[in-house]
Amino acid sequence: MQLIECPWCGPREETEFSYGGQAHVPYPEQPGELSDEQWAHYVFYRDNPKGRFAERWNHNTGCRRWFNAIRDTATYRFERVYRLDDPQPSATELAGPRRSTS
Amino acid sequence: MSPRTPGADLPEHPDFLWRDPEPKRSYDVVVIGGGGHGLATAHYLAKDHGITNVAVLEKGWLGGGNMARNTTIIRSNYLWDESSAIYEHALQLWEGLEEDLGYPILFSQRGVLNLAHTLQDVRDSVRRVEANKLNGVDAEWLEPDEVRKVCPIVNTSTDIRYPVLGATYQPRAGIAKHDYVAWGFARRADEAGIDLIQDCEVTGFTTDGDRVTGVRTTRGDIAAGKVALCAAGHTSVLTDMLGIRVPVQSHPLQALVSELLEPVHPTVVMSNAVHVYVSQAHKGELVMGAGVDSYNGYGQRGAFHVIERQMAAAVELFPVFARAHLLRTWGGIVDTSPDASPIVGRTPYDNVYLNCGWGTGGFKATPGIGSALAHTIAHDEPHPHIAPFTLDRFVTGALVDEHGAAAVAH
Amino acid sequence: MTSTFRTPEGGRVDRSTTVEFTFDGQTFPGHPGDTLASALLASGRHAIASSVKLGRPRGIAAAWAEDPSGLVQIEEPFPEPMLLASTVELYDGLVAHGLPGQGRLADVPDSARYDAMHVHVDVLVVGAGPAGLAAALTAARAGARVALVDEHSEAGGSLLSGTDRLDGAPAAGWVAAAVAELAAHPEVLHLQRTTAFGLYDDGFVLALQRRTDHLGGAAPRHEARQRVWRIRARQVVVATGAHERPVVFPDNDRPGIMLAGGARTFLHRYGVRVGSEAVVFTTNDSAYDAALDLHRAGVRVAAVVDARPEGSPLRAEECRAAGIPVRTGSVVAGTSGGDRITAALVAPLADGEVGRADELACDVLLVSGGWNPAVHLFSQARGRLRYDEVLGAFLPGERLDGLAVVGSAAGLLDLAGCLADGRRGASAALTALGIAPAAEVRLPTAPEPVVPAAPLVLWRVPDASGAEGSTSFVDLQRDATVADLARAAGAGLRSMEHVKRFTTIGTAHDQGKTSGVLASGITAELLGVPVQDTGTTTFRPPYTPVAFAALAGRDRGRLFDPERVTALHDWHVAAGAVFEDVGQWKRPRYYPRAGEDMAAAVLRECAAARSGVGILDGSTLGKIDVQGPDAAVLLDRMYTNLISSLKVGSVRYGVMCGVDGMVIDDGTVLRLAEDRFLLLTTTGGAAKVLDWLEEWVQTEWPELRVHLASVTEQWSTFPVVGPRSRDVVGAVFPDVDVSNEAFPFMTWRDTTLDGVPVRLARISFSGELAFEVYVNAWYAVAVWERLVEAGAPQGITPYGTETMHVLRAEKGYPIIGQDTDGTVTPHDLGMAWAVSKKKPDFVGKRSFARVENQNPLRKQLVGLLPVDRQTVLPEGSQVVDFLADGRLPPPPVPMLGHVTSSYRSAELARPFALALVKGGRARIGDTVHVPVGGTLVPVEVTSSVLVDPEGARRDG
Repeated sequence: MQLIECPWCGPREETEFSYGGQAHVPYPEQPGELSDEQWAHYVFYRDNPKGRFAERWNHNTGCRRWFNAIRDTATYRFERVYRLDDPQPSATELAGPRRSTS
Repeated sequence: MSPRTPGADLPEHPDFLWRDPEPKRSYDVVVIGGGGHGLATAHYLAKDHGITNVAVLEKGWLGGGNMARNTTIIRSNYLWDESSAIYEHALQLWEGLEEDLGYPILFSQRGVLNLAHTLQDVRDSVRRVEANKLNGVDAEWLEPDEVRKVCPIVNTSTDIRYPVLGATYQPRAGIAKHDYVAWGFARRADEAGIDLIQDCEVTGFTTDGDRVTGVRTTRGDIAAGKVALCAAGHTSVLTDMLGIRVPVQSHPLQALVSELLEPVHPTVVMSNAVHVYVSQAHKGELVMGAGVDSYNGYGQRGAFHVIERQMAAAVELFPVFARAHLLRTWGGIVDTSPDASPIVGRTPYDNVYLNCGWGTGGFKATPGIGSALAHTIAHDEPHPHIAPFTLDRFVTGALVDEHGAAAVAH
Repeated sequence: MTSTFRTPEGGRVDRSTTVEFTFDGQTFPGHPGDTLASALLASGRHAIASSVKLGRPRGIAAAWAEDPSGLVQIEEPFPEPMLLASTVELYDGLVAHGLPGQGRLADVPDSARYDAMHVHVDVLVVGAGPAGLAAALTAARAGARVALVDEHSEAGGSLLSGTDRLDGAPAAGWVAAAVAELAAHPEVLHLQRTTAFGLYDDGFVLALQRRTDHLGGAAPRHEARQRVWRIRARQVVVATGAHERPVVFPDNDRPGIMLAGGARTFLHRYGVRVGSEAVVFTTNDSAYDAALDLHRAGVRVAAVVDARPEGSPLRAEECRAAGIPVRTGSVVAGTSGGDRITAALVAPLADGEVGRADELACDVLLVSGGWNPAVHLFSQARGRLRYDEVLGAFLPGERLDGLAVVGSAAGLLDLAGCLADGRRGASAALTALGIAPAAEVRLPTAPEPVVPAAPLVLWRVPDASGAEGSTSFVDLQRDATVADLARAAGAGLRSMEHVKRFTTIGTAHDQGKTSGVLASGITAELLGVPVQDTGTTTFRPPYTPVAFAALAGRDRGRLFDPERVTALHDWHVAAGAVFEDVGQWKRPRYYPRAGEDMAAAVLRECAAARSGVGILDGSTLGKIDVQGPDAAVLLDRMYTNLISSLKVGSVRYGVMCGVDGMVIDDGTVLRLAEDRFLLLTTTGGAAKVLDWLEEWVQTEWPELRVHLASVTEQWSTFPVVGPRSRDVVGAVFPDVDVSNEAFPFMTWRDTTLDGVPVRLARISFSGELAFEVYVNAWYAVAVWERLVEAGAPQGITPYGTETMHVLRAEKGYPIIGQDTDGTVTPHDLGMAWAVSKKKPDFVGKRSFARVENQNPLRKQLVGLLPVDRQTVLPEGSQVVDFLADGRLPPPPVPMLGHVTSSYRSAELARPFALALVKGGRARIGDTVHVPVGGTLVPVEVTSSVLVDPEGARRDG
């Protein structure tokens, strides 16, 4: 069980959080203009990498706020947590010093 | 001194299992993944179709992924016609598998109970039982007193948090010994001349237009006439290399065993509302599992609160388990699909066949999918049992939604 | 039985008290402080059980958790399967017997209590031996918040097992002082009898404390028997020591054969000589201590058999001085005996060949093949192990953040080194935490270590008996031998994971604590590869077994899952309600009167609501307060229908879909103000819908100025239903004009009752005239009672969920989750009218345009009327096509759909059902069939609305 750093509350137990899957998958601006296939990709398809993954978390039994995280799906380690209005950290930024839980 | 304990040992394995071949330069069929599905596919390619110029590539040790980590429940009482058809196909093969493989796989048809704890559970259960019967799958609805007859240790008292309101019962369901199954398939495949290549991780593919021409591996490049992906939780790693998108997510799923115990639990019990599934394996250990950890993970481990919750569920449903001991916990990687049904069949590459998304159903499907996938590879057209499980259902919306309807995973 | 083998003095048992226990039906004496094993050995009993496959006698083989064979079943005070005699603390009245293979569970529930505690610390030290105590003292003196856990009954670890001296005095004195000092630090939590069994991410360690086990039947019942400590540590110092490793040789499994260090522990800690005549077989210097100590305690040591060609010159000299023969370059090549070893066969070993054996009579054979650091927690933390060729053991092979392995767990085998390493590990942890260490932490002075002779790594003695290793046991519990490993290698297996599964080595109760590395070593030999390449199988939690009940803790019985009850729960109980579990809620299902079964009660309740007045506790319905200037924008995007056009003061029914276009919830929406709505959700969907809305607002549309709050618990809700409801509501709320003109259907009004704000809404889930009464939950009982009192003349009838379901089903109103299953669209439910065609988009809209959504054979919600007017179709029944001969064809039988809801109807005077049927609306008027038991029941397909299709009743 991990200690997950909520950007608003600080480190909290994993049991307080719920998982929201891949981050940065915006709702299509004009769903009606998408083909069935494009729409299916929005509804059902998410990346599933082994390794670094940008994903959404919700501090569900805490502040109830959503945030994004870069986490390694092989080691489960959080490399970064960042607010929804923050841009996705680049690989270069991630190579720098960590600022999440340790 | 007490006498030797009956049932505390297992049948011996044969004196020889498989060769340790060097990979050849080229095969007619390369199966990626030496787990249950890959090995079964190899076996049926040889047995049913005479295709033996085949390699099974395994990045670790044969049968070492979910095959070695699942709770070995075998049943076919799924809700939808498409699901019960493939799992019933598998169950019928299970019933003859010991003979087919010449291996003591310890398939024990001790029945499975799916408990209902709410009125909605009851409705869903009756719906599934009625559908199963019409599909020719053995199924019964049991009232609580009948549940107690099948499994006397289930707490059927009305004085618990979620009393047992009844259960579905599939008498032909049961368990088998997972390693023995994997090794039985592997030995037969090896005997047929199929190369089982371990410590051989696929690192890439070579392609020519709509065809894959070969695989790159940690043990060299291997040319392939056809390629079957049987990598379960690691499917996305392979499809990413191929540039194919597949709607699966890989999650940790944990399981555990107790010490060896005198026979106490005669069947298999599964419960969703009080989330646990449990059987007592051949040596006497209680084998249990519960739900997946919520996040994507390839770590073959999960969080302990999931185990603790499962223990609470186990003791709630089986008060006599209180002083049984947790001996070992472990985790597998389940590839889950949006509708909790597998994704099997052709891919955008002409000669690449996909087999993934089995979630918690993979073990019980082993012989069924092995034979159906071998058929599909041999004839280059989907076996009727896997035709409903193609990728395009996510585009048309013709899902086979097993969690929406019955919510009976595992 | 007397304690013949108890030393005259020494040990840490309480000799002033004698307790009695029963083993295998025989009564034995012992002392507090004994383990079951030490007390049995004190009476000369070694044999515990027969082995699982071969039925060979097996005994106590070690003094603690590494023992692979001394398994017992506890019978009294309460049955507990499979514990080690070496770890069961003795108490009066203990009844146990040896366990050959399978433990036995009690057939009655365990009434003991179990609980859990959370603790957060700067530094957790696991193990209170020399390294652990040094680490804990170092951290405590720096002012850190420290937890020290240790699995034994008292601190000291190896210091209690030997003759070590610190600062010139017996080491126990230093241990006592250290414990006292730790107790004086307010920020130190020191737990004995506490096993750290699991190490997870971010310093999360689970430890099991055995709080009353050692008290046996005298354990106070109010106290939790065992407690799981969930420790979150910023830094973890693992000082878990090392397990002695045996050497495998033919017939190495007889009772009386035990690890040398174990024998020493039994002597020093428990005051027990493990035998009268010993042979000591070793590959390293440590077993000489056992030989010399036992000799001093009066045990005749027939020989020290040292496999090393040169032995240990220094230690050999000590032996000679004591008169103990030493045979170097020799091994134990076999044993004789039955229930107890009677002789060791000692032979020279040269160039891998065993020479001619001598028989040395003995009743104990003490073995040491070196030491395996207890790296389990490190390995659980995904730390890589490396094989050390000198020690013949796996050691931590990398540094992990936040985790230090110290002392003999890190491969150090000398006392001074362990003490210093404990201090070093804690200092590093403090540095990482930014905590300044205290001024020099002085460590006690240990005697100058004698440089030991190099150990020999010897996994097994070749089997010269011709038995090919078939009695050379690697895993005693599994009866697995060198011959089995040879078979595995011969079968083509190369991975230790395969070898483990083939032989079952390491799968037993001890999870391979002693056998795992032996199996790796012997397999490497057999395959001719380095041990490093063979590796070990994975160490998994738990380190030692943990009772299910301890992990369940308090989450049992009624506390298994929280029970949610409404403010009126006590009223319902008093009224004799039968309850139904709906999610976590307890809801009244019906209120039987004397002599009524459910069917009768429901018919009565339905009749009251349809012809008079009924009242329902609807407080479990989810309620979400939505506020903000963009509230209407959000709701337009989330509901399938248009919400923004709703007028303040009005109510609208709405449907919500997932992005896949399937219905996920429904309910009414009250517009409280331009910028404020109250959403009603299903009971089961309340939390999910709030989460769903939050997710969209936060992650997709943060620009929307809208806020959401659950007010489910704050508002109690009572629908007052039936043609006479107006009279009742009008009587209780005289300030409200309840006439249809002043208070039309689908509107709401605020009022007060004795100063308490009340909201009334004309909403109907039954088709009847109805008023929903909303009031702050604090006043729920008072308002409810007013309504019931005021309705007495009209015969107001409280009704439960069952009647609610019948009434709504008669009107064709679906229950999401009962009449839908996640595969049903609003169109399938006949609710195309609730799907806006004006809105450019809403969640789910795009999915309606997919191919499958156009399929004319989609399942649609319809009504079913059994033609016999009698059969209540079981919910869940399948609907099939009629066959001319009225019989089902052989499977698979094509199915049209299934019955989702089914009831008797007082109003219709016949049973009816709702069903999802393929192309159902086109089949209205057809007769289809439902298999019920062995018969096919003909049913007529109808509209899903069976009562008052014109909607004439809603206004009374």
